[in-house]
Amino acid sequence: MSLDLREAGSATPGATKPAIADCDIHPCLMQAKDILPWLPRRWQRHMEQFGMLPRHGYQSGPAYPKGQPDAARIDAWPPGGRPGSDLGFMQRQHLDPNNVALGILNVIAPAAGAAQNLDFSAALCRALNQWQVDEWTGKDSRLKGSVLVPYEDAQAAAAEIDYWAGHKDFVQVMLLSRTAEPLGQRRYWPLYAAAERAGLPVGVHAFGYGGYPVTAGGWPSYYIEEMVGHAQCCQALLTSMVVEGVFERFPGLKLVLIEAGFAWLPSLAWRLDKTWARLREEVPHLARPPSEVIRQHVWVTTQPMEEPEKRRHLHDVIEWIGIDRLLFATDYPHWDYDDPEWSLPVRLGADARQDLFLRNALKLYGQG
Amino acid sequence: MLRHVVAPASAVPPGGRMLAEVAGKKIAIFNLGGEFFGLLNRCPHQGGELCRGTTSGLLEAAAPGEYRYTRQGEILRCPWHGWEFDIRTGQSRAEPQRIRTKAYAVERASGAALAEEPELRAETFPVAIEQDYIVVDL
Repeated sequence: MSLDLREAGSATPGATKPAIADCDIHPCLMQAKDILPWLPRRWQRHMEQFGMLPRHGYQSGPAYPKGQPDAARIDAWPPGGRPGSDLGFMQRQHLDPNNVALGILNVIAPAAGAAQNLDFSAALCRALNQWQVDEWTGKDSRLKGSVLVPYEDAQAAAAEIDYWAGHKDFVQVMLLSRTAEPLGQRRYWPLYAAAERAGLPVGVHAFGYGGYPVTAGGWPSYYIEEMVGHAQCCQALLTSMVVEGVFERFPGLKLVLIEAGFAWLPSLAWRLDKTWARLREEVPHLARPPSEVIRQHVWVTTQPMEEPEKRRHLHDVIEWIGIDRLLFATDYPHWDYDDPEWSLPVRLGADARQDLFLRNALKLYGQG
Repeated sequence: MLRHVVAPASAVPPGGRMLAEVAGKKIAIFNLGGEFFGLLNRCPHQGGELCRGTTSGLLEAAAPGEYRYTRQGEILRCPWHGWEFDIRTGQSRAEPQRIRTKAYAVERASGAALAEEPELRAETFPVAIEQDYIVVDL
């Protein structure tokens, strides 16, 4: 018997699989201009005439070409559209067969929060937020949105958070990891104050446009280097937030690091603790060991999961971080997608599995 | 081991592929220059459907700065994470001795020869003696 190759998403039915929360799903516009109906006339004209300039030196596109077209799974292209642009296709290929009970949407393209024109950034964030409600969360109640904010203008970002605060379809605020300054610096504090006020975690998703090289050592030659560079970028922003005392100033703030891996987190905390013990006089506002702050305020999504040769090493890492701080994520429809059934390279007890795959997210995002 | 006729040979021209279901197993069948090969349709990494992957050759460097491109069309990349497999053997490029996807014996047989085999499993179509067929041993 031969099967039709064109029929994508012929995965096994989801009813038999345990329910999961997927904390990183990427919906996108079919074409950039599809957002026009959600923009006020003034910004429609701007987009048609000038477009969006991200905060880097290129006219368009990311700094590094991706390993696969649109950085997507080859099998995730809906007929006639971009991966992530078709809710029905996403339901059939991912949400239904993988039994996704809660899916967190992170719109990273266009990178509205990274638009160099700050007024346009704010307008585009508002438009994409409303678009998420109209086209995604309003049509599938399993999906919840992340509030996009013009984070380089923290006052405007705070206003955007205030606008959506209490809306049942939004469960976090989302930034990208490459920013104009390290994220702990005070220019970003109003944003954290607003997120704390709204009771929304702040998710920081890898990528973005800071205008600086994507590694701490300058511009690398290869996409591979960009991929592994996310870990150092997130270490830098987390260090900044801890050392600047963001979590002391906003004790209700919860931070979710998305798509940067997690095995680096224990070693960063060890290094921070050691250095803090010797240099704490420089930062008297940081009254607790950094590891304690991290354990209290930080969550990490699992994808792209590290795959050490000796799988028990991942056990050790998970044990340090705490199973309650890990949020399963697939990154659908992107090429480095983690499959819920196969991606976890370690065996967990039934309870721990439930926490990682579902309960931690339900609790953090208030869906329990 | 049973032999299953899965399709007329003409259904998969050189460079082509098909997905066959044989005794409950999904097998991706490839035609490399007239020879047929079969791989289990799931990547051993996370289960991506290999039949949806792209094929390419091997880009190798014996030393930095020296490049050779060989075996065009014989290397399959998983549609998810791009793990590469040798279509002829199922072995992975990264760790050929340890990581592989199961390879099945697939051959071309004439309808006349198949007509002589009593154990044959022709799935859903009649076998005509004047045609060639793709046969999977399973």
